[in-house]
Amino acid sequence: MHEVGIMESTLAAVRREALARNAAHVDRIVLRIGVLSGVEPEALRFAFEACSPGTLAEGAEFDIESVPALAHCPTCERDFAAGAGFICCCPGCGNYSGDLRTGRELELRSIEFTPHPTPP
Amino acid sequence: MNPESTPLAPAPEGYRINPLSGAAVSAARGLAGPLSAEITAALSASPRGEVSVRSADLNLPLLEKNDILAERNRGYFLGRGLVALNLVSSPGAGKTTLLEHTLDDFGRQTKCAVLVGDLETDNDGRRLHRPHAPVAQITTGTVCHLDAGMIARAAESINLDGVKVLFIENVGNLVCPASFDLGEQVRVVLLSTTEGEDKPLKYPPIFKSAHVVLLTKIDVADALGFDRALAVENIRRIAPQARLIQLSARSGEGLPEWYDFLRSLAPRS
Repeated sequence: MHEVGIMESTLAAVRREALARNAAHVDRIVLRIGVLSGVEPEALRFAFEACSPGTLAEGAEFDIESVPALAHCPTCERDFAAGAGFICCCPGCGNYSGDLRTGRELELRSIEFTPHPTPP
Repeated sequence: MNPESTPLAPAPEGYRINPLSGAAVSAARGLAGPLSAEITAALSASPRGEVSVRSADLNLPLLEKNDILAERNRGYFLGRGLVALNLVSSPGAGKTTLLEHTLDDFGRQTKCAVLVGDLETDNDGRRLHRPHAPVAQITTGTVCHLDAGMIARAAESINLDGVKVLFIENVGNLVCPASFDLGEQVRVVLLSTTEGEDKPLKYPPIFKSAHVVLLTKIDVADALGFDRALAVENIRRIAPQARLIQLSARSGEGLPEWYDFLRSLAPRS
């Protein structure tokens, strides 16, 4: 259950980026999570519910974009989607590839926020 | 005065006009907690009560702090002329036993050090204690993995002079350590014959991230009815990038190949 630690790190980055933009409240957080990142989206969502109260992101909408696993075949010089069980068997030549090009992402994609009022 | 019933009046202080219905609504309504005052201030800023939400594309790594510390560790290790290996497996796959033998054999020619992580106890640190090899025990409490900050602190706590190979024995766990770069050059994933042939298929992220897979406890494979050929095939399918070494720390089978591999990594002095 390392998702809580990852969420604490996420909320710290959200706070830093939001304050740098004069945000009063964060309304939406979008993450990009690779299917082979080792992080479970539902556990992350649970961690957000547990960790966000009392922060700038309390009550924010929390969205996760899932990033599929793509492997590269050096023989066919092409990228292809991982099959069932994340086994990366090139549909062109049938060779297994360990060269993952996407699928390990753990990223804070974007935030939406309400800024502090600016003086007239 | 009921603010809901005076749609045409200017918004009294503390209320905002709903731009759709024209009704004055308490700006604080429905908000609670430490931020409500700030949100209220933001809401009342616009004369029509409109709230401008802005967005920012960030594309930042979630483990930014860990990743930065991991890169710092990597540079530190390279600068000291040592190679760091991160050993990962489920609990009881034989990481500590393999390291005991490695320190006793390989470690006599090439100076090694060990950072070993567990939730509790310094049992492994004591098992690995050798006069010729510095060891630091990291107890993580409830944390299910080592992170780059723990490695940085532990590495500073031991004398790395002359050390060529630094083993990091991770917390026994096939899930969480996959996400945490420690600054190692080589990630070694152990699979023991007592765990079953299908573990690589059940835990793809960690096996996908392996540079080396060690199939351990092969001396008892037959007694367990463990199908080695099937295990090897599963490892090949899920982790074709990884070098595979089959060994038994107890019988010594396969250890020379492991030591040859370590020798190929260790910087020449």
